[in-house]
Amino acid sequence: MAFTLKVNKQSRTIDVPGEMPLLWVLRDVLGLKGTKYGCGISACGACTVHVDGRAVRSCVTPVSSVENRNITTIEGLADTETHPVQMAWEETDVPQCGYCHPGQIMSAVALLSKTPKPTDTDIDSAMSGNLCRCGTYPRIREAIHRAAEMQTAKGGAR
Amino acid sequence: MNLDRRSFLKITATASGAFVLGIYGVPEAFGQAPRRPFNAVEPLAFVRIAPNGAVTIMAKNPEGGQGVKTHLPMLIAEELDIDWKDVQVEQADGNDKLYGFQFLGGSTATPANWDTLRRVGAAWRQMLITAAAASWSVPASDCTTKAGRVVHSASGRSAGYGELVAKAATLTPPALDTLKLKDPSSFTIIGTSCGGVDNGPIVTGKPIFGIDVELPGMLHAVLHKCPVFGGKVKSANTEEIAKLPGVRKVIVVEGTLGNEKILPLNPGLEPGVAILADSWWYAENARKSLKIEWDFGQGTFQNSDAFTQQAADALKQPFGQVVSHYGDVDGSLQSASKVIEATYAYPFLSHNSLEPQGSTASLKDGKLEVWSTTQDPAAARRLTARITGVNEADVTIHMMRAGGSFGRRYVNDDDVEAAWLSKQAGVPVNITWSREDDMTHDSYRPSGTIALKAGLDAKGSVVAWRQHYITFGDGKQSILQGGIDPRDFPAGYVPAYQLGMSNSIPLYIRTGPLRSPGANSQAFVYQSFLDELAHAAGRDPLDLQIEMLSRQPATGFVVQPNNPQALNPERLRGVLELVAEMSNWRKRKSEKGRGMGIAAFFTHQTYFAEVADVSVDSQNRITVHQMWAAGDVGSQVINPRAAENLTYGGIIDGLSQMEQEITLLKGAVEQTNFTRQPMLRMRQAPNIKVQFRKTEYSPTGLGEPMLPPALPAVANAVFAATGKRIRTLPLKRSGFSFA
Repeated sequence: MAFTLKVNKQSRTIDVPGEMPLLWVLRDVLGLKGTKYGCGISACGACTVHVDGRAVRSCVTPVSSVENRNITTIEGLADTETHPVQMAWEETDVPQCGYCHPGQIMSAVALLSKTPKPTDTDIDSAMSGNLCRCGTYPRIREAIHRAAEMQTAKGGAR
Repeated sequence: MNLDRRSFLKITATASGAFVLGIYGVPEAFGQAPRRPFNAVEPLAFVRIAPNGAVTIMAKNPEGGQGVKTHLPMLIAEELDIDWKDVQVEQADGNDKLYGFQFLGGSTATPANWDTLRRVGAAWRQMLITAAAASWSVPASDCTTKAGRVVHSASGRSAGYGELVAKAATLTPPALDTLKLKDPSSFTIIGTSCGGVDNGPIVTGKPIFGIDVELPGMLHAVLHKCPVFGGKVKSANTEEIAKLPGVRKVIVVEGTLGNEKILPLNPGLEPGVAILADSWWYAENARKSLKIEWDFGQGTFQNSDAFTQQAADALKQPFGQVVSHYGDVDGSLQSASKVIEATYAYPFLSHNSLEPQGSTASLKDGKLEVWSTTQDPAAARRLTARITGVNEADVTIHMMRAGGSFGRRYVNDDDVEAAWLSKQAGVPVNITWSREDDMTHDSYRPSGTIALKAGLDAKGSVVAWRQHYITFGDGKQSILQGGIDPRDFPAGYVPAYQLGMSNSIPLYIRTGPLRSPGANSQAFVYQSFLDELAHAAGRDPLDLQIEMLSRQPATGFVVQPNNPQALNPERLRGVLELVAEMSNWRKRKSEKGRGMGIAAFFTHQTYFAEVADVSVDSQNRITVHQMWAAGDVGSQVINPRAAENLTYGGIIDGLSQMEQEITLLKGAVEQTNFTRQPMLRMRQAPNIKVQFRKTEYSPTGLGEPMLPPALPAVANAVFAATGKRIRTLPLKRSGFSFA
């Protein structure tokens, strides 16, 4: 079936079965490899993308359900310059293996867009769906607080 | 350093009996401080300098999250004398003729490369100085370097490395062992925090992982294997599957498994049905329609409940063999004021790297290229060459960043599958294991049971220690990673000691190293039991250990004072004292439902002591509020913030292990995804404070050694909070869970 998707502000037409998860459309059809496969059952968060600004698990999102919705992936997070969350991640030296971090960052951006000054409890509830096998959680927490500061300094959430 | 990897693997993979250390039990020469042969690397291959002065340094080892892609190039850059900000790092291919031993594991990267890579940098610096001195007709000894320039102060002349490189690169590199290295007090890169060189690509989603490789004409594959390890396909509806959307090819894989009772690390190609498709999802989705009649093979006898019973039975029997014994254990136990006995058990564990196993291979015109996440590129080359019939010299191993390794990526079964499938299909093939494939066809950390008996004298000192270790094997040889290190503390620091082993329980699933192998289970057992002994003696557990570590090693115990792989009691005492100070251990309060526990361990040449502060609610749910970790990696922490992060991670990994298990039913693994394999989440992660104690010794590694003490520190804290002792893991089998 043909679908028209809006991915990272670009319109893309694809011909795939409607049940195909968005994750695999992104990775194998559109060549956007930044969104990661980890479990296939929305248990790890590695595949997190934004649909209309909300964090969703793309591994269990049928492509038919997101037609004409605004999809943002890690590649499209920063259209002009690096997003404060990405900058904070680099500055804080968060990654170890790095595999979960595109998903972590997408969840963090969604959190900060609703809650520009998150508490540790806010971070716990927004980020506990994203597994980090390497255990970088203390650094993720630090980076989210840092990103909140950077966003405030820039004049509010983007 | 001895570069003969084959003998390294042979020694370690077949080790059994009295010296059963498993794959991480590296040969004694490995990482030792005395002189190594320095001719094992080709210095010119590590550095490229462009005419404009841009410097590229090759990262020689596989990167799976331990940070070597950053910190090994830092060693070269330091002695080359350049600004780190001017350095680009590039991942090397597998090529041990140029780069020496390329390997991820055993926390070996630092001890094995600390000298050699600094000397590579120093050799380049020397060549650049020689080139400059020649062109200025001044003695080389009058020239110095500063931030990428050679300087001749007397004449005020200077030249950038880029201007000198054409000439320098024609010179013969000096013998590495003749070079004088910087005094650590003048380091400008080593000891400063350098961010991971791949952080930028990671946070922007660049395709840098194994799973991201995409080649023209490539097909995506899954290999559906029998739920029981080694089971073969009797029949399958391959024609029907081949007609499904997106599917290009369906291949029944006969496999090449042998009939070994004790499985080797590299068992070849596992049987199953391979589906090759235009997208991974087409292949994965087509699997749901597979109808396979299996010959389940020889593995169906395996049940976890039966293993538990067999271990209990084995404990009633005499030792199968005595691994280590000194002193009069019987006599000391008889004359002891108090005798304490306990039995500990821990489960099989999977690796759960978040990037599942996978590989991409392209076989064309007799040349094989593999884009691999291997921990051991030389093994990947050998095994893929063997399965395809291609000459090893015609195999190229490209090392992709791995989304976690943890010991799983030694096996290279994914590389073998990709190479074999590329040969069969005649096109490049990427194979990606589903999470279910990954969890049910792992190389598992073996389960084990240890019964301990110790005697205390009237003053509360430990006078005798006896333990019976139960593992899998054929009665003579243990399974891979079924070994036990007879040197682990408290061996040597009790006056009488005996370690017996029984290895007669048959097993037919693959086992292998998991981060901090051996130590990740044995630290839990020994450090929990020592805590039991301290409580039985009415003593502070810290005092008990400090007292033992202050003794002279026992008569009959082989002391190896210059061997960095043997315990130095002063260093273990040092981290215990430091962590006690950090955590205010001596002034800890005791209140119902809240407690602190302490544990320490020496493994992989590095020392760690940790304290946990936990509370336990009325439903036995544990919250770990805070952990403190004191480490001793010797004279230098190379990349401090990365070291701290790695320590957080190892501790959190240890806590995850406390809730995890792999169980077998009729030979099949029962846990198939994260829903039944819990992993610590953000809301459960404790605060962690880390400090390193600087000592005079050559720097050692940080991949593993912070992990083992985390488990007993928490278990001992739970005892302090509740009076209940956790002797069986996972936590739920002792009636606990994490909140």
